[in-house]
Amino acid sequence: MAERLSNREGIKGMANPTRYGIERVAYWLQRLTGLGLLAYLIGHIYETSTIVHGKIAWDKMLEFTQTTQGHLFLTLVIGMCVFHTANGIRVMLGHGGIGVGKPGQPEYPYKAASLNYKQRLCIWVSIGLAALAMMYGASVLFGV
Amino acid sequence: MAVVTTPKPSEELISINKTLDQTNTITLRIARSNPAEGQETSYSEFKVPVKKWTTVLEAILYVKQNLDHAVAVRYSCRQASCGSCGMKINGKPGLACYTKVSELKSNVITVEPMNNFPIIRDLAVDFKQLISNHKKMKPFIIREDSEVTPESKEFIQTPKDLENFLQFSYCIKCGLCNSACPTMATDTSFIGPQGLAQAYRYVADNRDKGKEDRLKIVDDSHGIWRCHFAGSCSHVCPKGVDPAMAIQLLRGYMLGFQK
Repeated sequence: MAERLSNREGIKGMANPTRYGIERVAYWLQRLTGLGLLAYLIGHIYETSTIVHGKIAWDKMLEFTQTTQGHLFLTLVIGMCVFHTANGIRVMLGHGGIGVGKPGQPEYPYKAASLNYKQRLCIWVSIGLAALAMMYGASVLFGV
Repeated sequence: MAVVTTPKPSEELISINKTLDQTNTITLRIARSNPAEGQETSYSEFKVPVKKWTTVLEAILYVKQNLDHAVAVRYSCRQASCGSCGMKINGKPGLACYTKVSELKSNVITVEPMNNFPIIRDLAVDFKQLISNHKKMKPFIIREDSEVTPESKEFIQTPKDLENFLQFSYCIKCGLCNSACPTMATDTSFIGPQGLAQAYRYVADNRDKGKEDRLKIVDDSHGIWRCHFAGSCSHVCPKGVDPAMAIQLLRGYMLGFQK
């Protein structure tokens, strides 16, 4: 028999934040910020490693980070860091079964207890905290 | 002789009846494919008359009866009990018998086979992996004294004991949760929210003595640790089973946070 199509959505489906509410958006942001922070960590190690090539190389690298693009990138890193931490705490507690509600008799129209307002509030708070931190970071970096 | 007069229906009632009787026409796009024959997915469009209460399944069956008999669709109970008619409706997994055309608020409705399941033909998908993972979870009470003898006594459970697992026993194995799960989209060996929720259903049952067996099965690199609590499974569950809660409670139990 010919091979059947597996019909898996693949990375395209996994990375699609629409269709399933704010929880799926938070899942997508958590992954995206995780990858962004990993990229920053690698870049940061490369940046600081230039010090072994002497003061001139180090100063040159510092100059590169003191540009408008460098400041915008660092502002983004601040946002990613704050969101990833705050939402990560929510997810870790959830993984321990904390804050996901209690089992009970489901009643129509079957609102899932695990997708409760506390979880949604925590996601919005994480986004809000990240936005505030980015604004503060930008004001310091750009000297506003 | 007594004369029975029928009261005239009120204007409001006449208006409601008119609205309910109103027939609209929608465009139903059905994904067609036959992987066994090497046929790639294409979409067939049909004009279907619908009323306010017409379900997506009824619209598909109208097509089968009147326009194209060859459309492949699996269905049975038509009342969200058997879990046969799961499919992607306008991009989101849902039961065709449980989704009214009117609630989709669109004149164009696209139905496709559920993602993360191999396609048999058109809208019918292969449930082999889901059933196999369900079986792996040993979905039955494990007890040494399960055989009924003349000396057997009933096992008394309190309403609280029942509440711990009852919700999760409402699973109809429709596969919508597995179709919505982002991990299932990429990991072909992942047990999936359906299987994991069923593992917790028995772990939470105080009659069961097979916890250790089940925990060994789910404690795997393609098991419970691959769930990242995206909640999409609970978002689409048509029976309020809330697989995301079951999985988190099971993980909490394994980590020692839950009793």
